[in-house]
Amino acid sequence: MAQAQGETGFLANLGKVYAIYTGGFLAFVIFIAILEQMGVPNRILGYLFVGFTILVYAAIGILSRTAQVSEYYVAGRKVPAIYNGMATGADWMSGASFVGMAGTLFALGYDGLAFVLGWTGGYVLVSVLLAPYLRKFGAYTVPDFLGARYGGNFARFLGVLVLLACSFTYVVAQIYATGIIASRFLGMSFEVAVYAGLLGILVCSMLGGMRAVTWTQVAQYIVLIVAYLVPVVILSTQKYGVPVPQLMYGQALQDIAAREQQIIEQGLNVANTLKPHIQAFQTYNPLNYFALIFCLMVGTASLPHILMRYFTTPSVRDARKSVAWSLFFIFLLYFTAPSYAAFAKLEVYTNVIGQSLDALPAWISTYSQLGLVDIYGVSLTKLGAGLGALKDAMAAGATDAAGVALVLSDAGKTAGLAAWSALSGPVQGVVFEAFQANNAVTAAEIFKPAIAAAAQAAGNATGLLGHSGLAINNDVIVLSTPEIAGMPYVIAGLVAAGGLAAALSTADGLLLAIANALSHDIYYKMIDTQAPTSRRLIVSRILLVIVAVLAAYVASTKPADILAMVAWAFSIAAAGLFPALVLGVWWKRANKTGAIVGIIAGFGICLYYLVATRYYAVSFYEMWSGLSGANEAAIAKYAELKGAWEGAAPEAKAAAWKAFDAHAQKVANWFGVANISSALFGIPAGVIGIVVGSLLTAAPSRAMQDFIDEIRRPKGKELMEGGNLVNEIR
Amino acid sequence: MASSNAEGHWSATSRLMWTALVIWAFFSFVIHFFVNSLNSIVVFGFPLGFWFAAQGSLIVFVVLLFWFASAQDKIDRDHGFAEED
Repeated sequence: MAQAQGETGFLANLGKVYAIYTGGFLAFVIFIAILEQMGVPNRILGYLFVGFTILVYAAIGILSRTAQVSEYYVAGRKVPAIYNGMATGADWMSGASFVGMAGTLFALGYDGLAFVLGWTGGYVLVSVLLAPYLRKFGAYTVPDFLGARYGGNFARFLGVLVLLACSFTYVVAQIYATGIIASRFLGMSFEVAVYAGLLGILVCSMLGGMRAVTWTQVAQYIVLIVAYLVPVVILSTQKYGVPVPQLMYGQALQDIAAREQQIIEQGLNVANTLKPHIQAFQTYNPLNYFALIFCLMVGTASLPHILMRYFTTPSVRDARKSVAWSLFFIFLLYFTAPSYAAFAKLEVYTNVIGQSLDALPAWISTYSQLGLVDIYGVSLTKLGAGLGALKDAMAAGATDAAGVALVLSDAGKTAGLAAWSALSGPVQGVVFEAFQANNAVTAAEIFKPAIAAAAQAAGNATGLLGHSGLAINNDVIVLSTPEIAGMPYVIAGLVAAGGLAAALSTADGLLLAIANALSHDIYYKMIDTQAPTSRRLIVSRILLVIVAVLAAYVASTKPADILAMVAWAFSIAAAGLFPALVLGVWWKRANKTGAIVGIIAGFGICLYYLVATRYYAVSFYEMWSGLSGANEAAIAKYAELKGAWEGAAPEAKAAAWKAFDAHAQKVANWFGVANISSALFGIPAGVIGIVVGSLLTAAPSRAMQDFIDEIRRPKGKELMEGGNLVNEIR
Repeated sequence: MASSNAEGHWSATSRLMWTALVIWAFFSFVIHFFVNSLNSIVVFGFPLGFWFAAQGSLIVFVVLLFWFASAQDKIDRDHGFAEED
């Protein structure tokens, strides 16, 4: 009773609670700024920032613990539209969106906007086609809807399978991101940071399920949006005197265009790597640009961890309003990202490219130390590792630069060999000479001669940094803005806290989507339908912990392809779930057979295209060469590389295969559609599968058609209660 | 009577759905087909083609969703299928 009263009080005072929270957070930021002025070291400030915010999330998670099934699965369906919008914003914007989006726009210019469009426009589909109807239905999970609408557990099981395929790699990537951010800002080891992040996620989700995740996500949204906007607003004020970066970067775009012209005229674009920022279709051709937008949008509308957020609103009407609020809160970040990119690009084009290699700005070496910036392929990290390898080789008896690799490989030092081989020949020479002159030389001391040698080797004798000489990791754009603009460390700490909030909140939502599907759809609906409430909740929590630990373990191994696989999640969700969900609401004739055929066809074709074009490119091309969109030059090169591989001597076979396979990935496609947009084939396959499968078999029963009518009308009670249908449909 | 009301509700809902999807498709795809021509128009330093992909379409999506929520609510109320407030 006391808890119920506290609960009502909390919901009635949400505005006050979160206003106090926001004020408290801002006061905390000011407090840290004062500590910084008093000379407290940055490392300690970083720990305070991250520690304090995680403690607050944990407190919210613990206070929101619950023993009720409907609280655990759908937050008691009491979350007001605007707060659910904020929670969805945090749920949606991942660590990668937060730190990487502006960098993508920096690198790709106009073509990167496919992500901005794709990750916002999808919400129109969510609201118009799906969310209100799923809310009226009253399920706990997305597969739950498939199970009830199409009858029987097979469609439900397929739904769970697709959900796992799209959500698991995604959650691994989030935990990976928490590890990267924590290790970068706090200097923790990556593995420790991953398991620390795991704790931060579990404490927010395990005790209170959806209820706890909702209220922590609102808190996380506030941190992440403040952290994203503050640096760029300060920057805009510094440069243009107006604190509205979203309006002021038009001037920056003009300046960038002028500077691009100068760079070309000054002969700094020898390798022809410069892509004018506003010029369309330089990275993606129009087909792939629009295909990517389409797949990202439809994928957005099908991701279970997003759809299930709309199960928590008090009404169907609120579900619709809530989608609008969600997009508004997401929009705040996404329509700011282009200004981040433009300001950073102007800075780089003005003060980095075309500068003397001896006088590059300080932030370049800061990020070079983290291995995030390369100058002509050289970074301080690479130099340091190469230097370490060289010491080992000299100790093992190497006498000249050319002999180092052989000594290392004979001594079985594969890591050292890789570090040494990562340096180009001229750079190896510089490192070797410097080491001979002084065997205590540091990477920082040889950085300038090394980049000078690398620039010479790249055909640049001007002593100025050319366009092709600079490689910046996408994450640097957001992370370095405070430093570039000369802001105090407190702002950098704020950005780290924001990135962490973005990664943790998305991980929470994904984890809950996976664990709920396993516990509700697989355990309760398919294994033990008589399970009492208490056991269902225990099973949910145990599964949550198992999935989380598994995801953290996978993340701690630093899987190489993880980022590419995240991009796949959208195509998988779009092809596997979208047709069955949308036709389930909008086409009464869709039946069980159709749904099963459709999901298998859509998911199957999408997965086949993703995996085969990436990992079996040669076989894929051999089978489908008639449909490939490759031009004649590419096809000729394919034949040439194939011949080279077939004719290669046994010891050169592996290298020849590598080159052959890398090129095969470029020609292995249907009609030139890129791997990331595989849903372009999967979605039509899914729709055709459902239509044909349904029309060839009997129409759904009268009762089912009435059930669909019920979903379409907001009035009346939900059709499910406590995770079970109120009236069985026959 | 009830059934014709139900049909009216659903046909109005479907019409609204198609209207929303046409606007969505226009600002997701069609307008960006003309990016190169639009880029020759510059407002406040923004080439218009770039601006629509970076910000313009996003603003349209947000406004569209708030409008959609109220328009659908009106349809539900007019046909007596709205939830109680």
